[in-house]
Amino acid sequence: MKLQQLSVFLENKPGSLKKSLAVLADAKINISTLALAETKDYGILRLVIKDWEKAKSALEQGGFTVRQTEVLAVEVEDRPGGLATVLAPVEAAGVNVEYMYAYSTGTKAKAVLIFRFSDLDKAIAALKGAGMNVLENLQVFGP
Amino acid sequence: MTIEQWNDIPGTFHPACTPDFLPLPQLRELQLQRLQATVRRAYANVPLMRKRMDEKKVKPEDIRTLKDIERIPFTVKADLRDTYPFGMFASPMQEIVRLHASSGTTGKPIVVAYAREDIEVWTNVMLRSFAACGLHQGDIVQNAYGYGLFTGGLGAHYGAEALGATVIPISGGNTDRQIMILKDFGVTAICCTPSYFIHLIERAGEMGVKMKELPLRVGVFGAEPWSESMRQYIKENSNVEPYDIYGLSEIIGPGVGIECSAHQGLHIFEDHFLPEIIDPETGAVLPDEAEGELVLTTLSKKAMPMLRYRTRDITTLARGQCGCGRTICRFLRVGRRSDDMFIIRGINVFPSQVEHALLRVEGTLPHYQIVLTRDKGLDKMEVQVEVTPEVFADTVGAMEALQKKIAQALNQTINLNVAVRLVEPHTIQRSEGKAKRVIDQRKM
Repeated sequence: MKLQQLSVFLENKPGSLKKSLAVLADAKINISTLALAETKDYGILRLVIKDWEKAKSALEQGGFTVRQTEVLAVEVEDRPGGLATVLAPVEAAGVNVEYMYAYSTGTKAKAVLIFRFSDLDKAIAALKGAGMNVLENLQVFGP
Repeated sequence: MTIEQWNDIPGTFHPACTPDFLPLPQLRELQLQRLQATVRRAYANVPLMRKRMDEKKVKPEDIRTLKDIERIPFTVKADLRDTYPFGMFASPMQEIVRLHASSGTTGKPIVVAYAREDIEVWTNVMLRSFAACGLHQGDIVQNAYGYGLFTGGLGAHYGAEALGATVIPISGGNTDRQIMILKDFGVTAICCTPSYFIHLIERAGEMGVKMKELPLRVGVFGAEPWSESMRQYIKENSNVEPYDIYGLSEIIGPGVGIECSAHQGLHIFEDHFLPEIIDPETGAVLPDEAEGELVLTTLSKKAMPMLRYRTRDITTLARGQCGCGRTICRFLRVGRRSDDMFIIRGINVFPSQVEHALLRVEGTLPHYQIVLTRDKGLDKMEVQVEVTPEVFADTVGAMEALQKKIAQALNQTINLNVAVRLVEPHTIQRSEGKAKRVIDQRKM
């Protein structure tokens, strides 16, 4: 159920995003999806990667500060209101969304939403109860 | 010639300045008498000094010439901290009329004591400082040094009053009001840090006050190192003649030394403070022309005599009569220190204070660097901290909380608003051996 996400600390200056991505490219690691949260001085790059352990050590060897966090991937219909159907049961369970980002595969008419919840287990229970499709690793990354 | 012009006409001086012009044999005789009395007093009343002298097998009666001072052990800032609060006092509390304190590195300040006679000496050297800057009765002095535990405010206040000038005890801060009073009260002299005066010039411009049209003509600037380019800026943007004043709480406060109209270094009031230059590594006394650490011995202080106090300021002594006619020696400010202390907005800061604050927040000491800049005449301090996996949280909120916690810990330790910038690991340059903690980008 739970997906491992990597967060990388980046300074908000020209070249720092490229430098971190170059480390992954050199290690031949493909990124499934990513998001970047930024402030005036720094940013946090969040990455979902199939081979996250290899990615983590590559980034650490490249001199980056990396943190591993558990997130949830929820598949919804790629249509208006899709996200709202996920949020309703979570809100009812009193779970807070700390951050989220999404990606759309384009072919399956489905979208995948990546969530960091204040309480992952409670969120899983609420989503399952509402009949939502919480993805396992393999489903996200494909065979 | 009227009394008001005393210090403005070459060759005429305030009577209190007489010791500045003593023939050297008399000055040396006076210094020896006072040194002997000071050593006797310190030995008799300050256990730490007695113990140090006993260890070196030197008694007060061994001081027969001025050169014998070299037999006396040094005093350092840590001694004042270790004997906090009153361990360096040579007078009982009922004879002490004033306590001041300087900021301490680890929370405890350094306490200094003044007997009534010490306040008189302080007043006298500050009077002579102002006189050397060409001030006299009739001048209106805006004293923007802080009043309080810091020695600057009251020291300048007493000296200016003793000179017969009119004192405006405005203390520091509140820039717009400072400018209003400068203008409305017809102020002729100002005492503050040089960077604050540059800030005043700039703010006055924004307020539409033409600094060059004010009667303000003298600036007594101290409490931080400053440079020729700052002097030039002040001269170009005001009619103020800048004078550098030097002092430290451990010795007496401001008034240990002052620039005169010749601007060839700062005169040390040698009848009260005996200077030496030493090699900061070995402690060996160096010839006057050599560059080294300034060591000062108080010659007339009662409540807290200081024997061979290491100032950590690196400079050179210049003997020989000055263009102004004074016989007392001068030191040439080079604005460097033999320890890692730096001065920002008049506050002494040690990198170790930053380390204490970071340790308190993070548990371990991250790589850090202090960057000093000057913006519109105001000094700014930024602490750059490398983000380690231990403190890296996944949300912006948590990182902002960390940043805020570090900033608060720094503000509490240093008493100054410090900006905190989180940086990627390994972005702060590592150097061989001792880390270079302070990057000073202020244009002196």
